[in-house]
Amino acid sequence: MPLSDEQLERITRMARTIRYDIVSMIGAGKPGHLGGSCSIAEIVATLYFYKMRHKPDKPKWPDRDRFLLSKGHAALAQYAALAECGYFPKEHLQTLKQLGTILQGHPDMLRTPGIEANTGSLGQGLSIACGIALAGRLDKKDYRVYCILGDGEIAEGQIWQATMAAAYYKLDNLVAILDKNKIQATGPIVERFDTNPLPEKWKAFGWSVSEIDGHDVKQIAQALDEAEKVKDKPVMIIAHTIKGKGVPFAEDKAAFHHGIMTREQHEQAMRALSD
Amino acid sequence: MRTQNCRKVYGQTLVELGKHNKRIVVLEADLGKSTMSCFFQDAYPERYFEMGIAEQNMVSTAAGLAITGKIPFVNSFAVFSTGRPYDQIRQSVCIGKLNVKIIGSSCGLSDFGDGATHQGIEDMALMRGLPNMTVLAPVDGIETKKIVKAAVEYEGPVYIRINRNELPDLSDENEQFEIGKPYVIRQGNDITVFANGIMVSKALKAAEVLAEEGVSLQVVNMSTLKPIDDEAVKKLVQGSKGVITAEEHTIMGGLASAITHILRRSTIPIECVAIQDQFGQSALDYEKLLEHYGLTTEEIIRAARELLR
Repeated sequence: MPLSDEQLERITRMARTIRYDIVSMIGAGKPGHLGGSCSIAEIVATLYFYKMRHKPDKPKWPDRDRFLLSKGHAALAQYAALAECGYFPKEHLQTLKQLGTILQGHPDMLRTPGIEANTGSLGQGLSIACGIALAGRLDKKDYRVYCILGDGEIAEGQIWQATMAAAYYKLDNLVAILDKNKIQATGPIVERFDTNPLPEKWKAFGWSVSEIDGHDVKQIAQALDEAEKVKDKPVMIIAHTIKGKGVPFAEDKAAFHHGIMTREQHEQAMRALSD
Repeated sequence: MRTQNCRKVYGQTLVELGKHNKRIVVLEADLGKSTMSCFFQDAYPERYFEMGIAEQNMVSTAAGLAITGKIPFVNSFAVFSTGRPYDQIRQSVCIGKLNVKIIGSSCGLSDFGDGATHQGIEDMALMRGLPNMTVLAPVDGIETKKIVKAAVEYEGPVYIRINRNELPDLSDENEQFEIGKPYVIRQGNDITVFANGIMVSKALKAAEVLAEEGVSLQVVNMSTLKPIDDEAVKKLVQGSKGVITAEEHTIMGGLASAITHILRRSTIPIECVAIQDQFGQSALDYEKLLEHYGLTTEEIIRAARELLR
């Protein structure tokens, strides 16, 4: 079923709520991964509230679609989505990174309901996703595996090992989404390693590739729908995004990869994201 | 004495266990004909994944398979299955306590011809440092079979190091293997030798030589390096005049470190037979190489005499 207008409105609103939750979780005067969490808000919202088959009251339901955040530092966006879905009470969001919390600085499968794997050491999530996709095929399950990568992360050689393996094993139950926000921790990616052109690279490795505006829910939903029709190839969706999207002073700023909001900035961000 | 090749026993055991346990899957990084994971490939091709010369992806893929209920065995030489994907073992596997079994084939100096690049002499130190990891080093073919079975039955990350060459059968076929248990292979009163892998056979030979001089050695097979039963170790050395550790591994972080740590409050003197802080090199003969690095019966005898002086 293609995205209805009602769904479009709901998911757009949810992306805004996710950003609000992210800003609220980080708080003022403390560092947090604001930029890379905000850039994936629409993608995460579309996956959890449109595309994925899942049961928040049964996080280990064997037939669920899987979501892995290879760029684990953007966990805040996933925590917000999981809380909004009802995987755990929203109150937990205010315990982020506190000693003993279920919400670690990076995703932890043993502590957080709805987290599938321990990611955050960059470059590993896509390989774990490949393993889950291979197991799905062995078990004759029809679940699908979604994995979000960062564009800074793809400098890790393991990403390209996984890229080769996924194509070799024809993992058409695997969809990777590249969050191309163009900025890594210390500055623009093209001034570190210029990894462009990206679509050509994944095509050359045997993947089916599409490019979208990663903040346009309609385009995200359509790309995810199209991915289901691809046979014998893994799918790469390159999503053009803005780091820090939705938080005016943080947009396109490397400083807010893991920045500290002043009290004034925090209030400004909360206001900008409130209904 | 009957000898067996532990690599072959390993491959055969996987095939045997894989017949009934369909959760077992095998991943290989282009060394299947040496690690003997090729036996599994022949028997169950649908559960065998050739992952190319890409160990990092192999380990994280195994993590994904384990998350989904499989029991993946990850294969390569000890040096490549621990060192190259160390971070993947740490992050993808161990933090989540995932049910991944890492095989370190051609461990220690047993790949004598290939030289320093291929000789995993610090593999156990690397694996032992990881929380949630179990570290096993079978002494012979008999124990290899039992250890592979135990690894399948145990839920969690396991590292198994396997020698490349023929090893004599030393352990008791009828004894049940338990992870963490020290196995006394020869009784003795004067000195206790804790050894693993090929060094157990050297210790037994040393015990025979010393017995003629009226010195009695107790030889303990420490096929589990982690977790170690501290109390069992302390109990075994009661009455001994000295302790020797013997391993085909660097002196840093392996059996020497484990035993000296357990006995840190004891006054019992300890000697450690191990590779000193250095890399291996090529040799045309395994025994010659062991000799060069002091991993010999003579070295254990020398240590025993030192302790009794």
